[in-house]
Formats: sequence, C-alpha cells, structure tokens
Amino acid sequence: MSNLFDLLVAGLATGAIYALVAVGFTLLWQTSQTINFAQGEFVMLPAFLMLAAMHVGAPFWLAIIIGILLSMILLGLAFKMLLVDPMLRHGVLPLAIATMALAIGIKEAVKQFFSAEASPFPSIVPTGDIKILGHAVALQSVGVLVVAILTVVGLTMLLTRTSLGHQMQAAAQNPTVARIIGVPVERMILLTFLINAFLVALASLLITPIYLAKFSSGEVLGQAAFIAAIVGGFNQVRGAIAGGLLIGVLDNLAAAYVSTQYRAAVPMIFLIVVILFRPQGLLGRAEERTV
Amino acid sequence: MKSTLLVGTLLAVATATSAFAQSIKLADVAELSGGGATVGTNWKNGIDLAIEEINAKGGVLGRKLEVSHADSQSNPGVARAQVQKALDAEPYVLLGPGYSGSVKVTAPLAAEAGIAQIMGGEAAELTQAGNKFLFRTSFGQQSSMPKVARYINGDMKAKTVAVVWVNNDFGRGGRDVVSKELERLGTKVVADLSTEAGQADFAADVGKIKAANPDAVFIYLNEEESARILKELKRQGVTAPLMGETTLIGQKVIELAGDAANGARGHVGLTTDAPVDLIKAFREKFSKKYNYVPDHNGLKGYLAVYMVKATTEKMGKVDAKKFADTLHGLTIKAADEPGILMDVTVSDTGDLDRQSFLVEVVEGKQVVKQVLPKLN
Repeated sequence: MSNLFDLLVAGLATGAIYALVAVGFTLLWQTSQTINFAQGEFVMLPAFLMLAAMHVGAPFWLAIIIGILLSMILLGLAFKMLLVDPMLRHGVLPLAIATMALAIGIKEAVKQFFSAEASPFPSIVPTGDIKILGHAVALQSVGVLVVAILTVVGLTMLLTRTSLGHQMQAAAQNPTVARIIGVPVERMILLTFLINAFLVALASLLITPIYLAKFSSGEVLGQAAFIAAIVGGFNQVRGAIAGGLLIGVLDNLAAAYVSTQYRAAVPMIFLIVVILFRPQGLLGRAEERTV
Repeated sequence: MKSTLLVGTLLAVATATSAFAQSIKLADVAELSGGGATVGTNWKNGIDLAIEEINAKGGVLGRKLEVSHADSQSNPGVARAQVQKALDAEPYVLLGPGYSGSVKVTAPLAAEAGIAQIMGGEAAELTQAGNKFLFRTSFGQQSSMPKVARYINGDMKAKTVAVVWVNNDFGRGGRDVVSKELERLGTKVVADLSTEAGQADFAADVGKIKAANPDAVFIYLNEEESARILKELKRQGVTAPLMGETTLIGQKVIELAGDAANGARGHVGLTTDAPVDLIKAFREKFSKKYNYVPDHNGLKGYLAVYMVKATTEKMGKVDAKKFADTLHGLTIKAADEPGILMDVTVSDTGDLDRQSFLVEVVEGKQVVKQVLPKLN
C-alpha cells in the first residue's frame, strides 16, 4: 500500500508536467487550429538556454529569467510570426508538417551547438523527503506537483475570471464575432502563444533535473503530452490537465503492476480505447462542422 | 651512372611519398546521436586521438591512417545501412559500433566482405556465433559477469539480489549470464526488472526493488539511465549496496548522478582511473584535447586503432584479408606498443584477456579498489 502511495505521487508529479505541456497543445489548437509537433522540443530548448546563460556566468536564478524570456521571444513571438502566420495561409496540414521540420531543426541545432551528450541540470526544488500521511515523499515530486497545479489554477483563473481571459476565449471560439465586439483578436492569439512559451519553459525547468538536459529529451515528452491532450480532450484546457495526470499515473502503475517491459504500450492502448469510445476525449466537447 | 643514380633516388622518393600519400582507410560507424551518444562520442574521440598520434609519428608502415565516421543514431537499422555504405568503400578495417544490438546486425556484413570489425559491444553472444572477423575492445559479458557474480556472492556476501537490466541485446546478455552465475553460487535473484532504453522515470522500478528488499542490487543499464536510477534509488532511500559493470560507474554517470553515484561499485575492464601509467598518460592527452575526462568508450576507440597498428606491423604489410587471421591469438605487449596501454591477448573467438579493475565511486570519483589479474 505504501508502494501504491509512492507510485501515485511520482505518477502525479510526472503527469503534472505532461499536463503543462498538453495545455500548450490545446491553447494553440483553440486559438489557431495549430498542432505543434515541436511541442516536446519546445520543452527541451529552454533548459539549454538556461544552461547557456549559466555557462557565460549567470547565476541560476538569472539564467531562469533569461531562459523564460528567450523562450517567450523564440518559441512564442518568433514561432508565431515567422512560422505559424505565413504557413497557416496554406492550411493546417502544411503548418503541422512545418512544425515537424521545426522539431528536427531545434533538435539538430541543440546537438550541434551544445552536445549530443546529456548534461546535469540544477533543481529549483531541494533534494530530500518530507512526510505526508506517514510516507516519505520526495520534495522534488511535491515541488513539481505544486508548481504545476498553481500554474494551471492561475491559467484557469486568467481564462475564466478576468476580462483578458474572456477576450482570449472569445477570440478562440469565434474570431469574427469577437472582432465585431472589439476584441483585439490578433493580440489575444499572440498572448496565447506567449503563454504556451511560458508553460514549456516552466515545464523545462521542472522536468530537466529529472530527465537530464539532452537534445532528444523532447521526443518522449512531446509524445506523452500529445497522448494526454487527446485522451483528455484536445479542445479543453481542463481535459489536457486531466489527461496529463492520468497518463502519468497510468504509466507508473502499469510499470509496477502490469509489466515493466510493456509499460510504454499501456498509454497507447488507453489512447486507442478512449478514441474508440469517446473520440472527443474524456472531457472534450464534440466539434461539429457545417457543410 | 650519375643519371641512373639520380633517377633511382627520384623513384625511391616518389615511391615513398606515394606510399605515405596512399593512406590506410578505416571506417567507423558509431552512436553519435540518440540514446548512445555518450558511448559513440567517446569512442569517436578515442579513435581520432589515436590516429592523430600515430600519424604524427609517421603512420603505420609509413602510411597515414584515415578514418571516416558515420552516425548509427543508436539504431541497429541505421547502423546496418551505414556499415553497408562504409563497406562499399572497401575500408581496411571496420571500427564500431558500440551497441551490441548494432554489432549483432552489422557483423554478418563485415564477415561477408572479409573485413575485420573491431567493435565496442559487450554482449556475450557476439563472439559465440563463430564469426572469424569480429573482435572486441573490451571484455565480453562471459568474462566480466562471472567476476561480478563472484563479488556479489563473496565480497558483498549477498544472499539475495535484485537485477535491473535494459531490455536490449546488451542488457539481456548481461542479465542472462549474471543471473545464471549468481544462482550457481547460491545468491537468489529476488527481483528481475527489465527497463527500456531512454526510460526517464524509474520510480516504479525502484519501488519494486524496495518491495523485494534484496541484500544487493545489480544494475546493468546504459549510462544516462544508470544516472537516473541512481538518483531514484537515493531518493527512495534504498540502502542495499549497488553493484554494476562499467556503465554504472563511468565518469558521465558520476557527473549526471552527482551524489547519488557515491558508494556504487562496479567491475570495469577499462577505466581512466586505473593505476597504470600508460592509462594515466592517455587520460591526460584525451582531457587536454577534448576538455573532458573520457569514459571507457574513449579507451575502447583508442585501443581499436592501436590494435590495427600492432596487427599491421606484425604482418609487415597492409592486407585486409589476412588481418583477422593475424589478430587471432596475438599477444600485444604494452612494452612493445605503448598505445595498447596494457598487455592483451586476443583469443580465437575475438575475445580479450587482460587485467581488469574493481571500482567504487567515492566522493564523486572512481577509486580502484582491486586490480584483477590477466587470466592467462
């Protein structure tokens, strides 16, 4: 039973990271019908930006700020203006393919400029355990979980409780009507891209001490978050969160109680089952198209 | 007479110049990206260092060594294609790959071409298939794992052990040999855990180890995963002694795992911390050139090239077809060829016999605890 508790906490911590990354998928989908297949690499890159800042002498806290700011410029602003806007005119499919190319480009660039080898990365959460309900739980897992929950709660409040959030939702749901009622749609879409860039930078900061900084680390993460977004519901932020947590826990429980050899297959099987019985995802809403 | 002498001298110079110009071409296929990037990068750098040294001293039999590097992407399928491409260029000797799975699928190609392949794979089965063109740069698992099992059973006095292995040819080969030896010696395997290459989260695996409560844990994973599981073992408070082979206590693992690597022990065929003067000199040269301390794969790449040099000089000619025959049964003494670092004997199967070491990580550094002698 104590083992189950440990597995649940570790699974939730990993799942919270998947959730942060998955939220990015849903945000971009809602505002610009974009599936960003470079989302995993978007999580990998900020860690290297922070490492680069530390290599030139910046202390860790400053490197974090530099990393987040650079991520928002490169993975938010530049991504939207240099890739999404020009490509979206040609349709969603060319854009999706362009993001695949971007993923390869980012990976190869990091490999070339830094190293193909993994590097250690400092943790913002101290090592050690705390006691929760009599169980020793890693501070790192708790820290990851808390930061991720606070971020998601903050994001949800922004979207549902503020005028800015309502404008963002209006721009996402019906841009034409939103423009008529005076919502600066383009600015709202840009804000979404910036929020996604912030989320991936945060995910990078939280997960890299565990996963290690490596040019290829985005592959696993991007795939897991993509599955999480589909399982939870691609068009709902809350779905992405639920999907992320579910996949994180499922992966750990599968490894412990089903088979370590087939653990990677379990989330995929779960994904297939969800798609078969609820194509819009567990918390997603069915999208209808008028012809 | 004068003109004859002049022509003769010119011819001799021209021949010598053309002989040096006609370089000996080696082909290397290594894990330069993907999960084995640490392995491949060290291996490649070791090769380049050896070639630079040899060429600076006049080459092999007066001919310069040249190498082409190709990336297997740590993928056996890609490795096979790259080896086929490399063999099409008719190299003198094929170097690499480092991953056993990649060696397994490429060895038949090199054998078919009659080209010797000097590789870094350690899976026991590689040299047991009767391939006369395949040579190791390190111990095979059939040599190292019995030593590991004896240490766990004897020195650690472990009655029970958890075995954690990576689910590929390398990991499976090691697990099969060590489990068999442990059972034979009377140490019971109470947890047998397979993990995936590139796996990030080891919480569940370590949870299973805790539940099994073994006297010792044997870890046989690739470098990055070794670092991750060491961190997780420390995080979950596992106190059982940790034993592994070369990949558990390498420099990169220590760098990645930090404090969590302290106390881990392992048998290593090659380590840059070995109390051997020639190895210390190698470590210094390598670190100076590449700005980091190499792991055993750097040594493997370096030794592969010096095996080529020693064998070719033994033959007295560059003959790709006779190379493998000459290398079988050859003993290369460090006194005669310092680049080989330690006396080594190559068996008829392509396996090696030489000294090895028992290492423990103490305060972030490898410390050699015992030197295990050459068997024959």
